Amino acid sequence: MQVFGKTQDNLWTLVAAPTIWGFHFLFSYFLAAYRCAPNDDIFNTIGGTRAAIAGVTAVCLLLILLIARRAWREWRADGGGYSNNQDTPEARERFLEFSTLLLAALSFAAVVFETLPVLVFWDCR
Amino acid sequence: MTRPGTIAAGLSGAVLTGCQGAQSAFDPAGVEAERVLTLFWIMLAGGTAIWIVVIGVSYYAARGKSGPYSDRSGIRLIVWGGCVFPAVVLAGLLWWGLTMMPELRRAADGPTIAVSAERFWWRVAYAVEGEPGVIRNLPRGGVPSANEIWIPLGKRTEILLSSPDVIHSFWVPPLAGKMDAIPGRVNRLVLEPTRPGVFNGACAEYCGTAHTYMGFRVVVVPEAEFEAYVASQALPAATTDGSGARLFVQNGCAACHTVRGTAADGDVGPDLTHVASRRTIAAGLLPTTVENFAAFIRSAEHIKPGVEMPAFGILPEEEITAIAQWLGKLE
Ligand code: HEC
Ligand SMILES: [Cu+2]
Repeated sequence: MQVFGKTQDNLWTLVAAPTIWGFHFLFSYFLAAYRCAPNDDIFNTIGGTRAAIAGVTAVCLLLILLIARRAWREWRADGGGYSNNQDTPEARERFLEFSTLLLAALSFAAVVFETLPVLVFWDCR
Repeated sequence: MTRPGTIAAGLSGAVLTGCQGAQSAFDPAGVEAERVLTLFWIMLAGGTAIWIVVIGVSYYAARGKSGPYSDRSGIRLIVWGGCVFPAVVLAGLLWWGLTMMPELRRAADGPTIAVSAERFWWRVAYAVEGEPGVIRNLPRGGVPSANEIWIPLGKRTEILLSSPDVIHSFWVPPLAGKMDAIPGRVNRLVLEPTRPGVFNGACAEYCGTAHTYMGFRVVVVPEAEFEAYVASQALPAATTDGSGARLFVQNGCAACHTVRGTAADGDVGPDLTHVASRRTIAAGLLPTTVENFAAFIRSAEHIKPGVEMPAFGILPEEEITAIAQWLGKLE
């Protein structure tokens, strides 16, 4: 739906980036736990697991960037204000766009943090 | 001394004594504990610096400039101080901490010791078979002992940790960080001591009534001494006859305890073959003396509330004394 010549934000667009973050967390955590669960071969390398996490990370980061780009553009298109204290559709829209942008930035940093162990651990120790 | 001086001296004394000794993470005697301590000091310094800045900013906001700020400078403060700064600092700390771990988890080059954390004591077995790697259950066999773990100086000793009952946690603050002992899983902790000594360990995960009394000792000695110790622990008991030994088997102690060389081969409680050679009894609680053996047999529950050994106060006092005296000879 188009409002003010842009897509309309709602709660779903707001939580999209954190949802990707949540997915990334569970995916990495479960995959590593599943791979290392037998716990009898801890010195063996787990290259496949690391590559899978790296691949999923790249996709997640790209999606978050797209969400951030959309929010940024639409927020800037309106002049990018921060004060949203009026009870108007414009203020609501601006508030959602800016919040989406911030949440996307947070999710991006979080996904990067979650992926750092992949660079450091090469086995199940 | 002036009054503030006395207070200051008392306080620093209290603080300093808290920082030394056999159970202090501030007095490291192991590679991992040293790293953890460095990390702690850096975190403390960083935390203090940030605290001072935050307090300074609040002071400035309350007492300094009174007019409103522009949106721009407000946003700039939030972006740099609230987003960029914490993200960079946390990323740096995370990276530093992560890169420390593979080094600390490096393969061991010393002995492998199996430690089973059981309510409310530590079952120890030296020279276990069934390595390398880590398995679901602790390897069988080895030289049994309890509540006292000897390790060689300057070597990387592998401690394999598990539990038959609930989750416990193995912690020797001067040597390394803690590691959980989890039923159905074997965790691995590598201890690399840097100086000899006797250190205190504790259970660091609440496991039941006697959790606080679930301690142990770690004795760090030169390698040759370690080998000799394990060899001596592998021998059968020093004295296996006399009334004490007989009463031990007759009164049912043998159902739970093993004394190698006698008929006692129970597997519920600690192996007592060399109980008198250990520094403490009841998992770090009492010094090893004949009186303490007698007191513990008379009423274990009284000394260690929650303990899984029944009281034997119904036994005639002479029998308790005879058993205690015999246990005192089992070096
Ligand atoms: C029901 C099993 C059971 C019986 C029977 C039993 N014990 Fe125990 N005993 C234990 C357990 C469990 C512990 C560990 C207690 C703790 O520290 O939490 C223990 C600990 C001890 C200890 C301290 C060992 C150490 O290294 O800390 C001594 C000594 C001891 N028992 C002697 C005896 C004697 C003597 C008898 C017979 C009069 C006896 N026990 C009967 C289960 C039993
Ligand atoms: Cu415990």
